[in-house]
Order: sequence, then C-alpha cells, then structure tokens
Amino acid sequence: MAQTSYDKTLFDKLDAHIDSLPTKQGALIPVLHKAQDIFGYLPFEVQNHIAHKLEIPSSKVYGVVSFYSFFTMTKKGKYRVNVCMGTPCFVRGADKILAKFETALGVKSGTTGEDGEYSLDALRCVGACGLAPVVIVNGKVYGRIAEADVDNVIKDFLAEVEPA
Amino acid sequence: MNPTRLQILICAGTGCISSGCLDVETAFHESLAKHGIADEVAIFKVGCLGFCEQGPIVKVYPDNTFYVRVEGKDVEEIVTEHLIKGKTIERLLFKDPETSERYYYYKDMPFYKSQLRVALKLCGIVDPEEISDYIGVDGYQALAQCLFDKSPKEVIDIVKDAGIRGRGGAGFSTGAKWEFAYNVKGDKKYVVCNADEGDPGAFMDRSILEGDPHSVIEAMAICAYAIGADEGVVYIRAEYPLAVNRLRIAIEQAREYGLLGKNIFGTDFSFDIHMDLGAGAFVCGEETALLNSVEGMRGEPRIKPPFPAIKGLWQMPTIINNVETLANIPQIILKGAKWFQGIGAPGNTGTKVFALAGKINNVGLVEVPMGITFHDIIYKIGGGIRNGKKFKAVQTGGPSGGLIAGDDINIEVTFENLQAVGSMMGSGGMIVMDEDDCMVNIAKFYLDFTMEESCGKCTPCRIGTTRMYEILDRITKGQGREDDIKELKALGETIKETSLCGLGKSAPNPILSTIDMFMDEYEAHIRDKKCPAGACKDLVQYVIVPEKCIGCTICARVCPVNCIHTTDQVVGRNKQLHVIDQAECVKCGACLPKCPTKAIITE
Repeated sequence: MAQTSYDKTLFDKLDAHIDSLPTKQGALIPVLHKAQDIFGYLPFEVQNHIAHKLEIPSSKVYGVVSFYSFFTMTKKGKYRVNVCMGTPCFVRGADKILAKFETALGVKSGTTGEDGEYSLDALRCVGACGLAPVVIVNGKVYGRIAEADVDNVIKDFLAEVEPA
Repeated sequence: MNPTRLQILICAGTGCISSGCLDVETAFHESLAKHGIADEVAIFKVGCLGFCEQGPIVKVYPDNTFYVRVEGKDVEEIVTEHLIKGKTIERLLFKDPETSERYYYYKDMPFYKSQLRVALKLCGIVDPEEISDYIGVDGYQALAQCLFDKSPKEVIDIVKDAGIRGRGGAGFSTGAKWEFAYNVKGDKKYVVCNADEGDPGAFMDRSILEGDPHSVIEAMAICAYAIGADEGVVYIRAEYPLAVNRLRIAIEQAREYGLLGKNIFGTDFSFDIHMDLGAGAFVCGEETALLNSVEGMRGEPRIKPPFPAIKGLWQMPTIINNVETLANIPQIILKGAKWFQGIGAPGNTGTKVFALAGKINNVGLVEVPMGITFHDIIYKIGGGIRNGKKFKAVQTGGPSGGLIAGDDINIEVTFENLQAVGSMMGSGGMIVMDEDDCMVNIAKFYLDFTMEESCGKCTPCRIGTTRMYEILDRITKGQGREDDIKELKALGETIKETSLCGLGKSAPNPILSTIDMFMDEYEAHIRDKKCPAGACKDLVQYVIVPEKCIGCTICARVCPVNCIHTTDQVVGRNKQLHVIDQAECVKCGACLPKCPTKAIITE
C-alpha cells in the first residue's frame, strides 16, 4: 500500500461504504460520488484505492473520473464561486460577470487560487432561469446580478457564507 | 386532527428556493405561532407553480389568492391582514407590467390563461414529500387499473392510440417503443427514466421530479408491467439535489405502501426502482451513452442498431423514456386515449412543457397544447420582450436546435414544423433573444458547449466541432475570412452526416440555422469587422464624442490601462478634450458608466 497522506478514518469510511454495496457491478460512479463527498476531491491516491477495492484497473477509474465534469482531481477553494453559464444567464450577461470575478478574485475560471481561498467555475445551467444571471457561492444563490454588483457579492459572501 | 381553516401553499421549486421561499416559510411559522393561529392554518411546500419570474410565490386557500415576490418581511402583513382579517393585500398581487392591472386569481393572469397543465397537473397542488397527497388525487389508480383490468398488450395499445411522442426531443412514438420491448422474448428487462436534463435553460423534468415525483414512479411501473420488466433505473443529474432528494423520499414511501417491490397490489407483478446519479456529462442524455454511464463506464454512445429496446442495459431489452413523457402516462390510462387525442394537433397530441427564459418578461415553466404558435407563447404567455426591446429570435432545442425568427414565429408548435424551419423540439428549452444579442456570438456559445461536451469517441464530432469553433472565434474577433461561411457550412454538413450519435449529428444546427437566417450579421463581422448588436467585445470601439466631453478627467482616472489621454483642444470650462487610444484600449467598459455627460459611446 502506498504511504497515505490522508486521514485513515476517511479511507475507513469509504471502505465501509464499498463493503456495504450489494454488488460491485456498475458501482464505480456511485462510489466515486461517495468518495468525492468524503475527500472533497479525487486525487490519484483515492482513485487507486477505489480501483483496488472494486478489483478494476486504475486506468478505468481514471478514465471515468476524467470523463465526467462533476468529478475533480484538484482540491477546491474555501469559497467556491460558481457562475451559471446556461443560455438564459449568458444572454443576460453572465460572461461579463465571470470575467469580472476573474479580475476581482485574481483566479481564472476553472481553477483554484494558489492560496486555496477561492475557486471560480462556470457552471452548466442550474435552472434558476428566472433569476438570471445567477451566481452560487457555497450553496448561497445570488440572482439578477449585474457587473457592478460583483464587488458587493464578494463582500457579502465573505461575511455571510460558511467557508468549505 | 382538526381540519385547518386556511392553507398556505408556498412554491418550493428550485427557482423559488433560490429567490428565498424558505425564509418566507420560516416567517410564516413564526408569525402564526405569535398570533396563536398555528393550528388553524396549514403550510405546505409544493412543487413548481411555473411563474419563476415572480417568485417566491405564495397561494392562500380556499380563497385562491396568488401572491408574488413575497419576502420574509411581507409575511406579518399577510398573517394579520389576510389570514386574520380576511383582507387581500393588493400590493402583493401580480401586476401586469403593461396594463398595471392587478390579478386576484391565477387563472385570470395572461401567463396562465393559455396554458393547459397535463404533465404538470399536480405540480403546485400536492406535497411532493407526502405520498398520501398523491393517492388522494387518484394516484396509483392507473397502475391498479392496468394490473387488474388490462393485459400488457392493452396498456401498450392505449399508449399507442393516444399518440404520445417522446418529450425528450426526438418525438418517437412511446407506444411503438414499448411494443418493441414487449415483443422481445427475455426474462430480464429494464425500464429507465432519463432525467439527465442537460440542455442549458431547460428545467421541466427537474420541476416534475421536484413537484410530482410519484407520477413518474407510477408511469415506470405501468411501463414495466406492459413490457415485462421488473427493474427500473432513474438516471438523474447530480446537479439537481432537490429533485434527487424528493425522488428518494418518493421511492421509499412507495415501497412502504407496497406500490414498489414484490407482488404489487397482491398480484404477481414485482417491480422496484433505484436511482443513479449522473456526473456532469451532457452526452449522457443520449440514451446509449446513458446506459454506459449506468453500467459505470465513460458515457460514450453505442452504435445503433441494436436499439436499446432490443439490447439495452446489460444487453437486456430496455425502455428509456424521458421524465415528461412518463408524467403523462398515468392520466392517459385513467382518462383514455381519446381524451389525449383531443388535446394538441393531429399527429402531435397532448401538451408540451417549455422553459421560457432569456429576454422575456415572464420567465417560467409553461405547459401548452401542441399546435399553439410561438407568437402566442412569447407575447400572450411570456408577456413580450423585456425592457421594450425588439424581438430578434427564439431558440429551441438547446445546443442541438436552431433559431426561429421573423414570420416563422407564427408557425404552430409541432415536431415537424420545428424541423422544417431548421430547429427541433428538443427537451423544451425556449430562449428568447432581442436586438442586443449577436447571432454569431450565440452560435459560438452553443458550439463552445458542444465542443466541450463532445465525448471524443468519433472524429467528426471531436475534431469537427473544434474546427468550427476556431472559425467562429476568429469571426467574432474581427479576423474572419471571405470563405469562412462556406467552410462552416461544409464542415457542418459533414459533421451532421457522419457523427455517431445525436450530439454530433445536431451540434452544427445552431450555426447552420444562424447562417441561414442572419447571414447579414456574419457578413458584417467578416467584411466590415463590425458587430451590429454590439455584443462582440473585440469589434466594439469605445469613443469619446468631442461635443459632449467636458474634460472632467473621470474616465481617465478609472481606466485600468491608462489609455485615455488629453488633447490640446479646449472643452467645457477651460478643460482639455479626452480621447481613447484605440491601440491600447482593452475594451473593459469601465469608463462608459462613469462619464457624467454620457460622452462615451460604443460603435
């Protein structure tokens, strides 16, 4: 076994879940969901562990993790700023809001800042189109945002939102 | 339990939750307790009422008052004035932006008047977390009728006669599909509900699952009985946590009541359902990619034939139906095929749910009979274009669809008509665009989406969409070439013809359709290096009008790249005229709103 840099209890939690499954057939994606819940992301170490437990090649696990955008191999920031880029948000200026967040937070879309404070992502439609454009920070929804509101949104979430 | 004097229905769809309906709920509980009438008034959280633009929505029964944009601070007034004294609060009623008329009842509101709710019938009426609510309105009666009074073949015939076609986009006859699977011999068959609603701007399936999950469960059981399946899977987007949770509760409750599991209603029919969460891949809405994903693999499509009805999940006969399609089934069984045929247009029976969004006044979820015109949807139900702007086009079918513009908005909504004008029904996103939207930029937006979501299995889609994107990108940056349009068309046609699955086959649609309808915009970008709508940043120039400039220096101070310089020309009170150095300008637009005399314009 590889030397682990993670809390062993997290692995125990994952193992308990895998052991409780009625079948391992088709279980990979649900297991990855669970693992991401537990670890927050899916580094190679976790992927290898899952491959071992499910008795499938690591390459298959990696293939699946890299295919689906919901799975991430990098740790996300304390504040996860998600700008909805569904079409209704886009036609109401979401691209400009995303650009404004990039400058204001100093983080490029799709990445996490080096200090681990902020992650910025463009999200597929969240379906709150009545509130377009929509920004979600750690689950808190900010609707009908204008470019000029971006600084206030940042102030608000730093004060109001629980860091992850 | 004492029957309550009044009922409060709070819309708790994702739209209303995002606009703060849970605070409203808490405020009601507090206020009712404070006034000592908590036992006289029942509070229910219900599924989407559709009018998301005006959320959070609160309905008061039995007088059926419809309050819009209710905030926590309004609740005390509703309790003291309405619930205690019986007075309606005028200012919280919906006000028509054009006529300023206030509406007491939702049925009188233009938004609801032309709608007909079949698939959404129980959304906003039943508590989705309470199975007895559903049973109280004939829930699971259709399943009981099938099991006791009808043979599987009879069930299939009813669905076939009703003429319902798949609401996921392709429009294939649901009954005919069921018959394929019925005719295949096999001990093991599956029913899969496709709830991987990935079109940006479409949220009807989510609303149904959030508002009325049992109708989908019941329909899956009916399908299972008809084709001889004993196992069901709901493949649902992980991005829909509320729908996932409500469906989970609904499945558990159905099991407790013996409506899922072994020997349902004491018959020898057994059927159970489990959920599989998607993981953020648009292509998994394609049925064979979905099956691969359920099997724990990369969501890449399979080659068809064999079709899933013959060889589907784990190579067994499988029926895959969309959420909205399923939500119609119990009512078709209960009310009969004739009833369903009476709704909509010939060959396009029933209703369709659309998610109306974009530059429209009344954003929301609308259900209309097939055969209604786009004009009626946009102007009667949607209340027209936002901020008095001019209508340009309406987009349907998401990244697979196209635009409808000009006189075409008078066509009747049917699967065939939409295809004839270069778009498609798709799952039901309907995005309205106005004069400020650049059609080249919109085409680029959709292609960016399909390029990212292409699974990479087949070359035409993987490489072709990338090449098309590169061309569109340079056009929007003022580097377009004379033969770009020809090349886009050639690439588009090739991708359509040679891609493996529906994603690739339809990916060029938004581009081909915009070229077809808005050629002048493409030409303006390519030849004149201008964006007529003023949306393409690289083609926009910020200019200071000398006659208006007063030399106040505000613009120069906000400019992040210091590209606004003074000249020798004197303006205002002995100040200097400012000019923007186009070579250095980064087009951030920071100066534009700051100018006190509106001297800065874009051209």
